[in-house]
Amino acid sequence: MVKNFMIKKFVLPVTALFMALIMVTLVQANDLEQFKGKAGDLRIAGGTAHIPVVKEAAKRIMTLNPDIRITIAGGGSGAGIKQVGEGLIHIGNSGRKASDGEISTHGLALYRWAIDGVAVVVNPLNTVTALTRGQLVDIFSGKTTNWKELGGKAGQINIYTRDQGSGTRDVFWKKAINKGEIVLSANFVVSNGAMKTAVANDPNAIGYMSAGFVDKGLTPVEIDGVTPDDESIKSGKYTIARGLYSNTRGEATGLAKLFVEYLLSDKGQAIVRENGFIPVR
Amino acid sequence: MAVLQHIGWGKGYSPEIPARAIFFLSALFCSSIVVLILGFMVLTGLPLIEHGQWVNILTGDWNPARQSYGIWPMVLGTLWISFTAMAISFPLSLGCASFISILANHRTAAILKGCVGIMTGVPTIIYAFAGVFFMVPFIRTIGETGSGMCILTASLVVAILISPTMILFFMASFDNVPSALFDAVAALGGSKVQMLVYIVIPACKKGIITGVFLAFGRAVGDTLIALMIAGNAVQRPDSLFDSARTLTSHIALVSAADFASMEFKSIFVCGTVLYMITTVVILIARAMEHNYTGKENSDE
Repeated sequence: MVKNFMIKKFVLPVTALFMALIMVTLVQANDLEQFKGKAGDLRIAGGTAHIPVVKEAAKRIMTLNPDIRITIAGGGSGAGIKQVGEGLIHIGNSGRKASDGEISTHGLALYRWAIDGVAVVVNPLNTVTALTRGQLVDIFSGKTTNWKELGGKAGQINIYTRDQGSGTRDVFWKKAINKGEIVLSANFVVSNGAMKTAVANDPNAIGYMSAGFVDKGLTPVEIDGVTPDDESIKSGKYTIARGLYSNTRGEATGLAKLFVEYLLSDKGQAIVRENGFIPVR
Repeated sequence: MAVLQHIGWGKGYSPEIPARAIFFLSALFCSSIVVLILGFMVLTGLPLIEHGQWVNILTGDWNPARQSYGIWPMVLGTLWISFTAMAISFPLSLGCASFISILANHRTAAILKGCVGIMTGVPTIIYAFAGVFFMVPFIRTIGETGSGMCILTASLVVAILISPTMILFFMASFDNVPSALFDAVAALGGSKVQMLVYIVIPACKKGIITGVFLAFGRAVGDTLIALMIAGNAVQRPDSLFDSARTLTSHIALVSAADFASMEFKSIFVCGTVLYMITTVVILIARAMEHNYTGKENSDE
């Protein structure tokens, strides 16, 4: 009696669960199959816009195969390119195309796996939600200093920018403010995540960040009449955009090669889409 | 040869010799690292001296777009933040240590002492993170303008960071005051506060000074709090509500730059300046310690 009860109550559901797990693994394994039987370390660092996608991919790979250890660090695009060029890491991410000088010095191979806009963002409490490029240049150069001058509530404009090594800064500087000056009193933050925190908490803030990172806590600003969204970035109507790259020293080999291939596979591109970026395939 | 004699060589074998040798080597290792790091920074920064750029870097503004790589705004930022933090933290720490060591009853003292002990172990990033979410909005509201990421906010958080160093140092020296002095005060009918002000604090000058300078060194060297809270602007700060960048944050922000670039080379100047500031602080502390010990001796 007791035995029978046990079977009904525990063994059957457990078996069912097991079967379900196997099924899930089989379904998921399609793109991940390459990683089976592999082992080793894969060190990734650099661009901070890449992190959500890379993290999700790494999680799936390591869940399937615990013998592979993937570590992910930030540091910015400059750090990513520099570290991979010196052989300190296997994959260096960058939110801008590596310069010709960087490519030739380190013999880099570039893999672009997503397109991302650089959105100008303000706090949701701000009533100014559309700007022209000219106004943007004036704000960042320190010529316009109060939101009142732009039709908003009175309040000193607090500018947030990124350090020189940031790919996001590079793209913003070239494509949004025409390589214009950024005023010395601008605050510096160290990552896309830190930019989100800073602007979401400061009612008078203006900053710029990976469009994939924009969520409800921030308002993306319309630039010259174009809002940065999937369509406008994909069609090229919103011009402040860039590719998200993974770089390796020489052609990617071993785990790095498999990882980049996974990012470019259907599953990888689905992760790209889920995280608010635009797939390249 | 002198070194060998120093570690007990040539005096016949005793089990002490290997032990002495090991300890001597540890000491030698630690102190040589200090010298090596200074040497490394000066050597790597040397090309800049030769090209006469040293002065420009030290006194100029930071504006890479205009080929200007000066770190003076960062020197000012470091000094503003560490001095403000000291000004906030020193009275607090002295009060706290006095209360725990002299005024509080046994149980309260034990609990407070435990809390201070825990504070020393809290990683800097925790203070910095809490600062971003609590202090920054608070200061933004008080300051009315500005982002809240400024010298004052960073100084308040650094003050919290360095206070346990001072409190523990002060308490250790308070506890060293001979209890005969306490009895004498009690016999004269003095209160505990009088004892603290006229006996304990004057007797502990040396400990207090050492604690202050150690804490100052920590304030100068801290990176994460300033990096996350002070705003990191490269302007020359002239008010507590200005966003500023410290030398340490500057190193963290610029180290991603290309090796061959001027941005990267300026890091070594930053490092050397930080080294100088700490060295000067320690030398002053030593000199003052000497002074006070001298006076106390001549009084006797």
